[in-house]
Amino acid sequence: MSQFTLNLLFIGASFALYIGIAIYCRAKSTAEFYAANRGVGPITNGMATAADWMSAASFISMAGLIAFTGYDNSTYLMGWTGGYVLLALLLAPYLRKFGKFTVPEFIGDRFYSPTARIIGVICLLIVSITYVIGQMTGVGVTFSRYLEVSNSTGLWIGAALVFCYAVLGGMKGITYTQVAQYIVLIIAYTIPAIFISLQLTGNFLPQLGLFGTHDASGVAFLTKLNMLVTDLGFSSYTEHHRSTLDMVLFTMALMIGTAGLPHVIIRFFTVPKVSDARKSAGWALVFIALLYTVAPAVGAMARFNLTATMWPGARTGDTYSQPAVSLEEIQTSPELGWMRNWQVTGLLTWEDKNGDGLIQYYNDAATAGPAVEMAAAQGLAGNELTTVNNDIMVLANPEIANLPGWVIAIVAAGGLAAALSTAAGLLLAISGAVSHDLIKGTLRPNISEKGELMAARVSMAASILVATLLGLNPPGFAAQTVALAFGLAASSIFPVLMMGIFSKRVGKEGAIAGMIAGMVSTILYIFAYKGWFFIAGTNMLPDTPDAWLFGISPASFGTIGALINFAVAFAVSAMTQRPPAHVQELVESIRVPRGAGSAVAH
Amino acid sequence: MSDRTSSNAYWQANLRIIYICLAIWALVSYGFAIVLRPLIASIPVGGADLGFWFAQQGSILIFIVLIFWYAARMNKLDAEHGVDE
Repeated sequence: MSQFTLNLLFIGASFALYIGIAIYCRAKSTAEFYAANRGVGPITNGMATAADWMSAASFISMAGLIAFTGYDNSTYLMGWTGGYVLLALLLAPYLRKFGKFTVPEFIGDRFYSPTARIIGVICLLIVSITYVIGQMTGVGVTFSRYLEVSNSTGLWIGAALVFCYAVLGGMKGITYTQVAQYIVLIIAYTIPAIFISLQLTGNFLPQLGLFGTHDASGVAFLTKLNMLVTDLGFSSYTEHHRSTLDMVLFTMALMIGTAGLPHVIIRFFTVPKVSDARKSAGWALVFIALLYTVAPAVGAMARFNLTATMWPGARTGDTYSQPAVSLEEIQTSPELGWMRNWQVTGLLTWEDKNGDGLIQYYNDAATAGPAVEMAAAQGLAGNELTTVNNDIMVLANPEIANLPGWVIAIVAAGGLAAALSTAAGLLLAISGAVSHDLIKGTLRPNISEKGELMAARVSMAASILVATLLGLNPPGFAAQTVALAFGLAASSIFPVLMMGIFSKRVGKEGAIAGMIAGMVSTILYIFAYKGWFFIAGTNMLPDTPDAWLFGISPASFGTIGALINFAVAFAVSAMTQRPPAHVQELVESIRVPRGAGSAVAH
Repeated sequence: MSDRTSSNAYWQANLRIIYICLAIWALVSYGFAIVLRPLIASIPVGGADLGFWFAQQGSILIFIVLIFWYAARMNKLDAEHGVDE
């Protein structure tokens, strides 16, 4: 069976499963559409949250980010998991007790202000739309690579599929589809990792293989990898190179940003009880950790495999014990067919700059060490593996390790599952903000239950259309998901939710001033280095570590934005009146679990 | 909510548990994995050091334990203060 048929078979089967679930789980009320009628068990919700959370970026890009940087990018691993501790301890149980449907609704009620609610909607829309564009482009790329259709056809197919289960089923349909998508994506991620860990270290658990022994050379795998990359002039894999302050702030921005993402928070509205919300965050992290503890092993092993493909001597002995891979081999050898496949996409390119028939991969920016000596001895004119895209590390991983065709097909289905499940969760957060906060909450408060359900479906359909159109022509800010979405969630949404629960003193003036201060300071800092609205060339300062204020990168600024938000909110609250009695009562009531069941009736 | 003093005691106890959890949360991630990594660098873990293990594996595993411990501890506290569901 050809690879194309296999891909079609696996992707088609996974799609049939999702559509089957969509037909089975239609939503009949707004409670079902927004919160699956609060009937989702903590383990099921944990699994759905894991799929909701793990996006195309987690699945496709994260291992590559770690592979080419090593230790310094552990920030992503800790940041994107540590946020769940904050969710479980500081937000999820209380927001579940509050018992409504959207995040802006809590902000509006707790701060007794429609203005606060609208600002919440604006933050939510910026965060979620930035995020969803990345998912839609991920769908397009995966389709065009594996099913040989154009990028835009792929996007429309993905959009049609999300339309089926999100418009029909709302949160209920999305929840059970996400459970199926989690299973597909985790199988897709771990199977190649297990094979590769066995090949390299003889250990079938990648988490142990990473710290195990490299079989062919008998040295510890990470020691071997460090030697290999430093021989080629790259910086050591396990050492700390980045500013410690920036690393701490970046991890913190990712953690509080994660906890403040509306599409993750609303998943905790679906469980029956407050105690389930706590437990469910734990299960979510268990399912997320299955991928996140494998990812660093995938990254390190893929880096090793790619590098050892370029320098075959490194597989068993010293890096330079054999000559580099020859151009002829790359062009003809069946084992290196994957290089030719990926060359077509432009994600992997090479050029025999000095015409010696060999392709030497090394860091031509190195100033001393074995790589410089090698380059001089072999008369090199620069690194000849000219493009290696981060994303290849996961997508080409099974091909690099010569795994069977069905594994490649599973990875394709898994990449799509990761992108689609996150897209659906984001679209639900967006459409809920539009139909529940804007239409029902502000424009037409007297809308009937039936009318609101219809409005929710129409908003969902419209959100899918907008996301697809933006995915077809991604605007400049789409590439800035980490800085923009996490930065804003960290600097505006997380602090206001936390103060709403943990302080009875912060009132509407404080909350509004805090949200605006956090949001504006973060956006201005990002724009100052990345350009106004991310238009290249309009940045006021160069985006380099030397130019950053105290060495704080734009993506780490969300932490500072959050501190500004807290400070402004408390300062303004100290000068304004205490919240009214009914709001103090509301805070008292969300702090105790008893009575969460009755809050279902809206 | 029946009685304000009991709910105050419940809230204070909850905050204490949260502080303990957050202290451990910060120690394993910001501490062992980043800032304190040089202090524990002499402890080898398969080709790297303990700080590297915490950064790429250990902190995530401890996060999981923390959440389940918090959930169980809070269930007990809810029952003690009569605010369970």
